[in-house]
This record gives sequence, structure tokens and C-alpha cells, in this order.
Amino acid sequence: MLRYIFRRLLGAIPTLFLIVTTAFFLIRIAPGGPFDAERALEPSVLANLNAYFHLDKPLYQQYFLYLWNLLQGDMGPSFFRRDFSVQELLAAGLPASITLGTLALLTAIVFGSILGCIAALRQNSWIDYTVVATATFGITVPNFVVAPLLALVFGVWLNLLPAGGWNGGAPANLVMPVIALALPQVAVIARMIRGAMIEALRSDHVRTARAYGLPTRMIVVTHSLRAAALPAVSYLGPAAAGLLTGSIVIEQIFGLPGIGREFVNAALSRDYTLVMGTVIVIAVFVLIFNLIVDILYAALDPRVRYE
Amino acid sequence: MADIQIDELDLGTSRSLWATAWLRLRKNKAAMVSLGVLIIYVLIGIFGPMMTPYGHDQTFRDFTREPASLERYPRVDEIVPAAERVVTRSRLQAEEIVLDGDTITITATSRREMDERVTRYIDRSDIFSNTRILEMSDDNLRVTMQADVNRYLFIFGTDTNGRDQLARLAIAIRISLLVGAAATVVALAIGVLYGAIAGFIGGMTDNIMMRIVDILYSLPFIFFVILLVVFFGNNVFLMFIAIGAIEWLDMARIVRGQTLSLRRREFVSAAEAMGVRPISIVKRHIIPNTLGPVIVYTTLMVPKVILLESFLSFLGLGVQNPLTSLGLMISEGSRDIQGTPYLLIYPALALTILLFALNFLGDGLRDALDPKDR
Repeated sequence: MLRYIFRRLLGAIPTLFLIVTTAFFLIRIAPGGPFDAERALEPSVLANLNAYFHLDKPLYQQYFLYLWNLLQGDMGPSFFRRDFSVQELLAAGLPASITLGTLALLTAIVFGSILGCIAALRQNSWIDYTVVATATFGITVPNFVVAPLLALVFGVWLNLLPAGGWNGGAPANLVMPVIALALPQVAVIARMIRGAMIEALRSDHVRTARAYGLPTRMIVVTHSLRAAALPAVSYLGPAAAGLLTGSIVIEQIFGLPGIGREFVNAALSRDYTLVMGTVIVIAVFVLIFNLIVDILYAALDPRVRYE
Repeated sequence: MADIQIDELDLGTSRSLWATAWLRLRKNKAAMVSLGVLIIYVLIGIFGPMMTPYGHDQTFRDFTREPASLERYPRVDEIVPAAERVVTRSRLQAEEIVLDGDTITITATSRREMDERVTRYIDRSDIFSNTRILEMSDDNLRVTMQADVNRYLFIFGTDTNGRDQLARLAIAIRISLLVGAAATVVALAIGVLYGAIAGFIGGMTDNIMMRIVDILYSLPFIFFVILLVVFFGNNVFLMFIAIGAIEWLDMARIVRGQTLSLRRREFVSAAEAMGVRPISIVKRHIIPNTLGPVIVYTTLMVPKVILLESFLSFLGLGVQNPLTSLGLMISEGSRDIQGTPYLLIYPALALTILLFALNFLGDGLRDALDPKDR
């Protein structure tokens, strides 16, 4: 297993390299630069700025310089937030994004599994229909529609929760963003678990367990859920990517100081180094998460062996 | 002779396939309702912008942020105060304002001499038009004017710039449907061709091509699309390409899987034995035979694409004002949910209903065309 993890980590290096390279050149070949202002800068000021950010060097030299600095853990200074390095800005944005993402993922897994199990155990009852309808709603309606509507109903009309803001990560401020972010994933996981669970409950080994007279709780948790969880586990990779994408709009709508909002703002203001930094951090997250999912899969499914 | 017979046979079987699918689809109530809803949407998309009374980019400065209402603006009791304001703004003193149905008669005085150009000040307002002078005193200090009163109907209200929400909703539906269709075609073309070629050639080529798809899958692709759109400008054409570029991956996988199994079928071997060029085999035999699953997947792809376009527009990276799309309208509506909730609710509803209809129809088609269920 350790060898497998090691090999996968090695395999992630070319992917990461590819991401860095693509992002670097995609940004640089685009028309327009970071210092295009309404009013043109003094030539001497512009020359100084270009020299400070190494923009006066040929593109390939900039690229190797960036790679070299990146290997030493230096992502350079931000182009727009003067006196801040990219690492500082990322470190400031990460707590909000990680809190939001982790809570949303946990919510998705816990509620998705519970709802899926209940629906499967009470198949074709009103509970089942409610779960399926909710899941369809969650999958269909995008979170940039759900989020402002939640803010309108609970934040403005009912005035139960703050309609936006971070407030140091206060629980009340987190409720709506986490729900809006998790809802589509809850829906997908619930639907997957329900389908897999219905199949698992009909399988031979569950019937055998029933014949032995094992308690229902044990049949559900040990014998059915373990088999039913497999497709959901392999879905966790796309789910994490979905959460990252969703967090861009959720952070925007609720005004949270996270990486997603940082990324969009950086891209709009052509803050080259900050864009690169956010892309790298997000890519690393996705790659690590895919690795974790694969390991989990191996742990749950005895048929999968990585050698 | 033999050729003709085969052709006839082919036609017969294929017609029955689609006929059964249609019969099965007709039994699915949700899918049929969705089909009806979609037809309405398409009709709105095509004819809606022509039928709305005001243009989507026409601004009414007197009517910004008016709530949705079936009553005409301005209300009857608001016309005279509005006329007073217009007169004051033209630096005249109102003596008498008489409202008579659809015309209003204004008598006003000024400290300076006036001429016929005074009517322009009145016409400048959205409410009054076609102002004419009835009577001008000899010293040019007192004037009586008559103007037509325009009253507007904003069923869905107006936005912060005083644009009619109904007209904007109609154009937004058109744009969203258009982007959905065009980007789907792009994704379809890339995905089907890529998948068919990988599956048909097989071996090392297939391995490399699918490895590339795997790598692309693991990338946070949306971020690259955002970069692309931000750095190369908000071009609707670019958006088709960008969205198509993400969505083709699933299609490529599905078509490849189909192709791999078709590859071993006798008619492909027969074509190969007869010396048909590989590209012709792909075009003539492989792609037409993958059509069923491709159609099903396409109907499920359209809502995804519309969603993606709305997502980009929501972030301000897609369609630009004065043109609009459902995502952009939702984004603008969510800016002030306290003051103007109706600016959020109507486009959100329109998008939600559209997505539901597309998804239900896609699911229904999948059930109808699924050969395993037959």
C-alpha cells in the first residue's frame, strides 16, 4: 500500500507540472497586461515595475525563474496587493475555504448516506418519494440560484441568519453557505446510496445474513452499506471538484474571504502571480483528494488490490 | 436488387426503433409535460423578443426598480405630480395642469422669454411625448402646452437601469437556449469524433488518447475555462468553445466504449475485408450505430451546458450587458435581494423550470431508448 501511495504521488508530479505550465502560458499569451490602467503610467515607472516583476525578461526566462522560485516555495509578490506575497494572501484565504469545504463535504457524506439508506429501506413509501424529489431538486437547481434564495428567505424575510459575511467563521454565518454548497452533493450521494442499497439489500449475502437472524441494524450497516458505499466513494473525487467550483460562487454570494473569490478577482485584475498561486493550490487539493479516494476504495473493496 | 432489399429492411427496423421509443416516451407523463414546457421555452426564445412591447436594452429613467405589477406605470394619481416635476426641471412655473384621459394640458410661466423649443423639455421625460404648443402669450412668458401621456406596463418590473424585465427575460431565454445548443454541438462533435477514433484504432493510440482524457478529468477544468474567458475577452463564440471543451470528455468515453464493442461486429469486419478506408468505416458504420446513447447523453448535456453558461455569466465572465442571459440576470438580482427580490425570483424560476424540463425529458428519453429495458 505504501508503495502504491508513493507511486501515485510520483505520478502526480507530471500532472502538476502540466497544470503549472498550461496556466503560466495561458495567462501570458493573452492580450493585455497587469499594468494597463485607464491612465498610462510614466515610462520610467512602468520600466521599474516591469523590472521588479521580471516582466522585462523573455518569456521562457520568466517561466524558468517562476519554476525555480516555486520549487523553493516562493510564489512571488502579488501584482496588485502591494506589499503582500502570494503565500500570505493564500494563507489568509485558505482557512475560510477549508472550513467551508470540509463542512460541506462532511454534510454531503453524512446526510447523503443517511437519506439514501432511509429511502432504500422504506422503498416506495412517502419518505422515499420525498428523498428522491429533494435529490432531484438538489441536482437540478444550481447553487447560485439556491444560495441567494436561501439568503432572501432566511436572511432577509425571516431574519434568522446573517445574510452574508464571514465574522471570523461564526457558526451562524456558516450555516447557509455550507447548506448551499453541500446540497447538490447531498443529492447525488443520496441517490447513489439509495440505488446501490436497494441492490445490496436484494443480494445473496444479505439474504443469508437475514436467514441467520442477524439484527437489522447489523445487516444494514455491516453487510449492505459497505457494498453500497463503493460507488459513492468513487464519486467523492468529482464531489470535491464540484465543491471547489461551487465555492467560487458561494464565496461571492455570501462575501466570504476564501480562495475561490480570490481566484476570480485575481483573474479579473490580471494578477499573474496570484492566479498561478490559486490554480496551483486548487490543483494540489484535487490531486490529493483523488489519491485519498483511491486509497479509501482499496480499503473498502477487498477485490481491489494495488500492487 | 439485393442492395435495395437491404436498404428497405434497414429503414423498416430503424423506424420501429424510434416508433417504440416514442410510444414509451408518450407514456411518461413527466417527460411529456417537460416536452411541452420546452416547446414553450423555444417559442419564447424565438418570438419572445419580437413580441415584448419594449426592447431589452431600452432604459426608462423614470421607472427604475419598479416592482412587478399588472398596473400601468405611472399610476393615474402620479401623472400630475410627474408633470409638475418635469415643469420645475425645465425651470418653468406651473400654473395649471389638467389631466384629461391620455392627454395632459400644462399652463406654465417663465421669467425669461420662451420659444417653441420649450416642448423638448417635456418630451425628454419617458412619460410625456408629442408635446405641442396650444397657446403662447404675446410676450412669450406664458405658454399652454398639450402632451400625450405614455403609460407603460411592466409585468415583471424593471431593473436598476429601468429596463423592462419581461423583455430581458425573453432575450435571456433566447441566449441561454442558443448557447446551450451551440456549445452542445461543439462538445458533441469533439467527443464523438475523439471517442470513435480512439475506440476504432485501439491499441497504443487508444491508450494514449484515453490517458489524456483521464488526466483532463482530474484537472479542475472550470478554472482553466475561467482563465480562458477572462484573458481572451468576453466573446460569446469563445464561450461555446470553452464550454464545449469541458463537456466533451464524458461523450468521448461513452462513444469509445460503444465503438470498442461495435469494432468486433461482423459488418465492420466485412467493410474492412472489402477494403473500405478506416475513416469511411468510422463515418458510415461506427458513428451512426452509436447514435442512440449519444442522443440520450446529449439531452442530458444541454442542461449542464446551460448551467455552465449561467455559472460563467453569474461571475460576470459570460454574456455582457445590455445583452443578458439567465445567469447574468440572477447575478444582478442577487445583488440587492432586500430591495428588489423580484429581480432574483423571476429569472431564478425561469432557469429552474428550464433545467427541470430538460432533465426530465433526458431521463425519459434514456428510459425510452434503453435497449436493456425492452
